[in-house]
Amino acid sequence: MTDTPFVPSFDEPTGEGRKLAIICSKGTLDMAYPGLILGNSALGEGIETHLFFTFWGFDMINKKTQGNLKATLLGNTAMHMPQGLGGIPGMTHLATSQLKKAIAELDIPEVPDFLDQIVASGGHLWACRLSADMNHLTEADLRDDVEGIISASDFIEMTAGAQLLFI
Amino acid sequence: MPTTTIAGTQVEVNEEGFLSNPDDWNETLGTEFARLIGVEMSEEHWRLVKFLREDYKSQGETPTLRRVSTQLGLPVKQLFTMFPGKPAKKMSYVAGVPKPKGCV
Repeated sequence: MTDTPFVPSFDEPTGEGRKLAIICSKGTLDMAYPGLILGNSALGEGIETHLFFTFWGFDMINKKTQGNLKATLLGNTAMHMPQGLGGIPGMTHLATSQLKKAIAELDIPEVPDFLDQIVASGGHLWACRLSADMNHLTEADLRDDVEGIISASDFIEMTAGAQLLFI
Repeated sequence: MPTTTIAGTQVEVNEEGFLSNPDDWNETLGTEFARLIGVEMSEEHWRLVKFLREDYKSQGETPTLRRVSTQLGLPVKQLFTMFPGKPAKKMSYVAGVPKPKGCV
């Protein structure tokens, strides 16, 4: 009975020192989720995770818009519907509510709640300086847990050695 | 399937070291699993582990962190404090159930 028990190696070797940075550049509901899901999973694996919001991705952290992202048929042939339908009034609303329903059925949180969970799990949220300036937004317009509005070079510096995902 | 000796008992584990058969689990094993990964079991830890086991039994799969958090009313932050680093995997290991398959 002297053998060492076989125990899962939870703390090595992936977690230690691995770092992930996700650039969220889209403001549609469907494209908000890939970054949130991957970021959340990385945190669950003990990986230091940073989310950087730029351009349309700002809608994900803008207090006014974060709960109100939409999905559209337009420009998305993967919806497998005639593109002409997408322009009919009400279609964006319909696509959005369908998607929201599908997401809720899988017990996946809405965008603001998902970001809450990511921050509670130790994730870091950053906003892009240029996007803020272009849209005349300040820190007061953004979620309180956004750690700062930073420049592109700050971001590059901060993510030295990190794995990068552009979404 | 490899076997390993935990708390003086021979148990069957999978290739990652998780208990192969959730029915082989008991509290002594749970305590020892926790000790082996550096987790000290509090009353809250036991409540969580018991929920994991019951939910696994009734749902047929291990709950994800989000489900644990919403069902038990425990903030996600606290789950990371109780099982640092990789909470979902660590709590399922201690509870003797497979690691969760869900993404969120």
